[in-house]
Amino acid sequence: MAETALASRPEPQSRASHSLSIRSLSKYYGSLAAVDDVSLEVRQGRFLTLLGPSGSGKTTILMATAGFVQPSAGEILLDDKPITNLPPDKRNFGMVFQGYALFPHMSVEDNIWFPLRVRGVSKSAAAKSVATSLELVQMAHLAKRLPTQLSGGQQQRVALARALVFQPDLLLLDEPLSALDKKLRADLQWELKSLHARLGTTFIYVTHDQEEALSMSDEIVILRDGKIEQQGDPVALYERPATRFVADFLGKSNFIRGQSAGGDAQGFRVKAGEVTLHQAGSQAADQPVLIALRPEKLSVTRARPDLPNAIPGRIAAFNYYGSTFHLQVETGALGDLIVTVPAWKCEIDPAIGNEVWLGWEPDASVVVRDN
Amino acid sequence: MLASQRHTYWLLIVPAVLLMLVFYIYPLIQVLWISVTEPYFGLQNYEALLSRPLLHRIWLTTLRICAITTIITVTLGYLVAYAMARVGERQRTTMMFCILLTFWLSVLIRAFAWVMLLRNGGLINSALMGLGIIDGDLPLLRNEFAVIVGMVHFMMPLAVLPIYSNMSGIDGRYVSAARGLGASPWEAFWHIHLPLSKPGLIAATILVFVFSLGFFITPAILGGGKVVMISEYIQVSFEETLRWGQATMLASSLLFAVLLTLALVARFVDLKKVFGAR
Ligand SMILES: Nc1ncnc2c1ncn2[C@@H]1O[C@H](COP(=O)(O)OP(=O)(O)OP(=O)(O)O)[C@@H](O)[C@H]1O
Ligand SMILES: [Mg+2]
Repeated sequence: MAETALASRPEPQSRASHSLSIRSLSKYYGSLAAVDDVSLEVRQGRFLTLLGPSGSGKTTILMATAGFVQPSAGEILLDDKPITNLPPDKRNFGMVFQGYALFPHMSVEDNIWFPLRVRGVSKSAAAKSVATSLELVQMAHLAKRLPTQLSGGQQQRVALARALVFQPDLLLLDEPLSALDKKLRADLQWELKSLHARLGTTFIYVTHDQEEALSMSDEIVILRDGKIEQQGDPVALYERPATRFVADFLGKSNFIRGQSAGGDAQGFRVKAGEVTLHQAGSQAADQPVLIALRPEKLSVTRARPDLPNAIPGRIAAFNYYGSTFHLQVETGALGDLIVTVPAWKCEIDPAIGNEVWLGWEPDASVVVRDN
Repeated sequence: MLASQRHTYWLLIVPAVLLMLVFYIYPLIQVLWISVTEPYFGLQNYEALLSRPLLHRIWLTTLRICAITTIITVTLGYLVAYAMARVGERQRTTMMFCILLTFWLSVLIRAFAWVMLLRNGGLINSALMGLGIIDGDLPLLRNEFAVIVGMVHFMMPLAVLPIYSNMSGIDGRYVSAARGLGASPWEAFWHIHLPLSKPGLIAATILVFVFSLGFFITPAILGGGKVVMISEYIQVSFEETLRWGQATMLASSLLFAVLLTLALVARFVDLKKVFGAR
């Protein structure tokens, strides 16, 4: 679906894109800080994702940006113009709500006409823009339908067309794909990303799905309890999580607790119970350290691998996912470690009770702050 | 077993159905029957509806009062429901209590309360005179004004409840979405909220209008014999002039008016939807 769609889509109008600054934004509900002193910059044309668990303040930040939530403190600027006190209808932002909020009493095309209608464009004058938007999301054939007569994915497309038809300065999306099934979600991720690339509009995207965030964003902001935990591009965040929370939330991680024990230019040693591990980087001696180790960065072999870090273990459980095996290996010294291996080149026999060796390079793991 | 269970459920409504048949349907048929047999068989009673100016006048008065009452009640009811859907939980409970409170007071008490307020030398007139705004009593009682005031007051809950129940079901995100797409508060209300609250408005309109048509006590007391609506005239025909043929004919025509109203409305809207049958 994605390929044919790309070929047949009309060229979008080029539009100036905008930047957004959020400065020391806070929002209190009683004594609860839903958003706590958040500052961030969204450069023009970027795809920025707010990622965090439920209740971390993602929607609140988006709603404050859209003008639906009055911040308790802080400022929001569009291209250096303060917009903090502007009502939502004066901001010219496109917004795709969680659940889409398509007007149930209007047909698809009337829904898309609506933003133009309130800008004083008659239906006939708007016809061309509406048609272009509908084609942009491949919904032209369903223009006369009512929203209740559409599938979830189709509603999502209409909501997108409605948010884009008036050439907004910014597109805000609140978990637009969360109600869809996995396959459709994957298709629409591709489409959204290519739409962003072709329109050049600045996107701010909210999700609690880490895969979605990793696959689509130029930049990810990870939120926790209303505060920014870490931000950066997807690769930087995945490869170099700063805290245990990030390592755990973005992908999976094994955590190993130990004590630093001197080192050299290559790295330092970590004493974890009986075993001594080799870790890249540097660290003063005799400090408690927490190491995060991605399950896919471990190798599993029958014989002892020729790696600086190697430890024997026994398979305690495994799951088959088609493309990968997830193994749970009891190591004794380091507790249970989770390992993922490509199923098609799995060297070992993944049966419960089998003895295996786990190994990894010193730079496969990272030291994270425990919090 | 399932089928027999279903039969048990049907049994549960049998007493209600019997009650309806004996005390409602049977008398109704009698009314219809008398209206075409008193004083002799034929449609002469109904001809009077066309030929007698007095009946025209009474019907016109009734329809006018009902229409005005309905418009005012539904408008005010909409405002109250709108406020109720927006205030906090505590205020909402208080408002709901106040609305239901009026249900517990008898119609009679409420009508007489209005008499106390509106009569010559009553609270309103004496207050206005005390403030020096008027010199003599304003004619507030025994006219259509008084009747409409009393009826609007009585009908308010009937308008508020269906409108509120519809409105509380409207997802607030629709109006937010409209605002975000560039609609002013008024445009968001006009294009989104109002159309979405149409089922509640229609239900309230039908309910209030149909109830008003047969209204008796309030017009009788506040109209004081000067403003005669159809049901009061039916009562007079039954009990004072003893013209049963005419009384039953008017009662039947009232019934037909209600059915006609429903039929007219049903042409334009899906009544099943309005009354929540689906
Ligand atoms: N109107 C409100 N009144 C009181 N508390 C609120 C309100 N809106 C949000 N909160 C609280 O603020 C916190 C942040 O909420 P928010 O909706 O921004 O979370 P979120 O990250 O979008 O979560 P989710 O992934 O579940 O949508 C939550 O603890 C929530 O309970
Ligand atoms: Mg949310």
